Amino acid sequence: MHHPQLTPEGHLKHLLTIEGLPSHILFQILDHAVEFEAVAHQEIKKTHHLKGKSVFNLFFEPSTRTRTTFEIAAKRLSADVINLNVGASSQSKGETLLDTVDNLAAMQADMFVVRHAESGAAHLIASHVGPDIHVINAGDGRHAHPTQALLDMYTIRHFKQRFENLKVAIVGDVLHSRVARSQIHALTTLKVPEVRVIGPKTLMPSQVERLGVRVYHDMIQGLKGVDVVIMLRLQNERMNGALLPSRDEYFKYYGLTPMKLTHAKPDAIVMHPGPMNRGVEIHSDVADGMQSVILKQVTFGIAVRMAVMSLLVNPNPGMRPV
Amino acid sequence: MKIHIAHGRIIDPASQRDAIGNLYIAAGKIVALDHPPAGFAPNRVIDARGKIVIPGLVDLAARLREPGYEYLATLESEMYAATVGGVTTLSCPPDTDPPLDEPGLVEMLKHRAHGREQTHVYPLGALTEQLQGKRLTEMGELHDAGCIAFSQANEPLIDTQVLMRALAYAATFNFPVWLQPQEAHLARGGVAHDGEVSTRLGLPSIPTCAETLALTTILQLVRETGARVHICRLSSAPGVALIRAAKSEGLPITADISINHLHLSEHDIGFFNAHCRLVPPLRSLRDRDALQQGLADGTIDALVSDHSPVDADAKQLPFEAAEVGASGLELLLPLTLRWAHHHNIPLSRALARVTCDPARILGISAGQITPGAPADLCLFDPDQEWVVTPATLKSQGKNTPFLGHPMQGKVSHTLVDGYIIHEDARA
Repeated sequence: MHHPQLTPEGHLKHLLTIEGLPSHILFQILDHAVEFEAVAHQEIKKTHHLKGKSVFNLFFEPSTRTRTTFEIAAKRLSADVINLNVGASSQSKGETLLDTVDNLAAMQADMFVVRHAESGAAHLIASHVGPDIHVINAGDGRHAHPTQALLDMYTIRHFKQRFENLKVAIVGDVLHSRVARSQIHALTTLKVPEVRVIGPKTLMPSQVERLGVRVYHDMIQGLKGVDVVIMLRLQNERMNGALLPSRDEYFKYYGLTPMKLTHAKPDAIVMHPGPMNRGVEIHSDVADGMQSVILKQVTFGIAVRMAVMSLLVNPNPGMRPV
Repeated sequence: MKIHIAHGRIIDPASQRDAIGNLYIAAGKIVALDHPPAGFAPNRVIDARGKIVIPGLVDLAARLREPGYEYLATLESEMYAATVGGVTTLSCPPDTDPPLDEPGLVEMLKHRAHGREQTHVYPLGALTEQLQGKRLTEMGELHDAGCIAFSQANEPLIDTQVLMRALAYAATFNFPVWLQPQEAHLARGGVAHDGEVSTRLGLPSIPTCAETLALTTILQLVRETGARVHICRLSSAPGVALIRAAKSEGLPITADISINHLHLSEHDIGFFNAHCRLVPPLRSLRDRDALQQGLADGTIDALVSDHSPVDADAKQLPFEAAEVGASGLELLLPLTLRWAHHHNIPLSRALARVTCDPARILGISAGQITPGAPADLCLFDPDQEWVVTPATLKSQGKNTPFLGHPMQGKVSHTLVDGYIIHEDARA
């Protein structure tokens, strides 16, 4: 099956999911992001990579952080950025998703950054738009959040240099997490030899081991000897119901405390895609502790998104600083 | 009108006849095979050399979308699709708008469908009012109006007390009840099989036990009430095993599967192909293999199109939001042939699942080629290849997972009660 996000030449046309992307493209993005990381430290934090291009942030689901980092990334690349909170307008008037997209495409959009509550929305839009429009999936349902996974890989590489000798544990609500799915694909593509997922059976999707991970229900066992601990956010609506009895009990078994963290390697890093629920999935002493790299993730997120956007527009890049 | 169908390969699954021969029709009935009756002077001779002559197909599940959903399809468009597909008898589920829960609606539908020579339509009546699973419908009145069985279509009947009473009441009059086994709570919110693909794509899932739990409940209630139950759209290997055991126990159970589940699996969803948004969901390859085996060995009695025309816009949505269903009337024959071909199943046995076997479930004498039977026939060219495209489908529903697939086998003539209602000069 032709992969919908690659051109026939194998270049990235859209970024919809990590699944199926060859490792050299992931490394190309990560390498490119290193260069953009430097831009953040210039006096004028701008390049011309997207000058004259229109980037539409098309958010069908509320988001502050992801939308903001995409906006900053696009603006640093000199793009014109249009933010649309579509959930509040067209959709409530009954306009279909693709009608909304058609209307925006008619305004000469060059790139859509899409977030949607339903899995597959970004694929649908990508299959519908004209050949000159690029689509970046900024999170679709439970399916994928590829730029988050890429910035996580960037963070891991920044602190651990290599992927081939790592043990990585992803902890929490894997079932509902698009972040976890994209992280798993990225880690396995980058040849991380051991990827673990840790959580109760109610929050594990069926046959998740087919994605190349080992499943642990005992957090201490699962954290033993790992180099990287990635905590997942637990949505409020999952805390009390048939999936979990209470946030307290969840924290007891799956919250990351300083004590539990001692089972990981002493130099293990702790990551979280945000926003955090302190006292639910992570103890404040860990979130703010020496091993936490959570705020670095946010910073790196801008450079990684700049790298993705510039590669979509120009797959054979060279830096063109102001 | 007297018709002589000459030199065709006549396959009659009911009698296991498979031989080249002649067929003679007069006054709407088959009057003779092989040798013409004395003094037979046909008005029309159909040269059937190179063609296969079979009983017209009997499809147990085709939605005509009337009343209520005429924007999706009309009775005319879908009846035409049936004739092009060689389907001469079909039954339609009661999930119209309003549902077929009162005799007037059924009579109106029958009147509309019987306006001219065309495919016979046997409506299913709603088992409960508005399909809400609370109050029984007037089954006797509906039966008199033309309903051959009672069904909830895809609507759940959550209250097992109501289900037991509905089965007991139907059993009183020996009315069959058709049920699609899917436990509503376990299926809640789900759109894909709970397995590798739903995990990969992040789609809310429906576990296999949603089917087996519902089946186990239904089978136990059959034991209690003695109702005759037809299980619609089986989807899983454990479901097939339960039906097999129930039949060997002697329970009055029959079952069908759809052409989609016979050929496809969860993997066909690919990158969110909304044409694969079906109820029940497409399950694993292992499940599909068990369905194929069950259909071959007769555990599953019938293969159905589960024809559900859907507006193009309603499929141009993210997978979860896309409307359920696939168009199928015109694919029932070629997909039966494909199954027979791929699994080396004798044509006569394969075609039984779309002719005499479903006719037996309907309790009618259709689906066979024998002197005295109504001349409901389908002639097809087994070698003609064609490709499924929106243009080649006559149904208003262009939605099918088989879009772009090559098919082999095309209907050249469809006859109902001795009338040629479809003739394709090219086939």
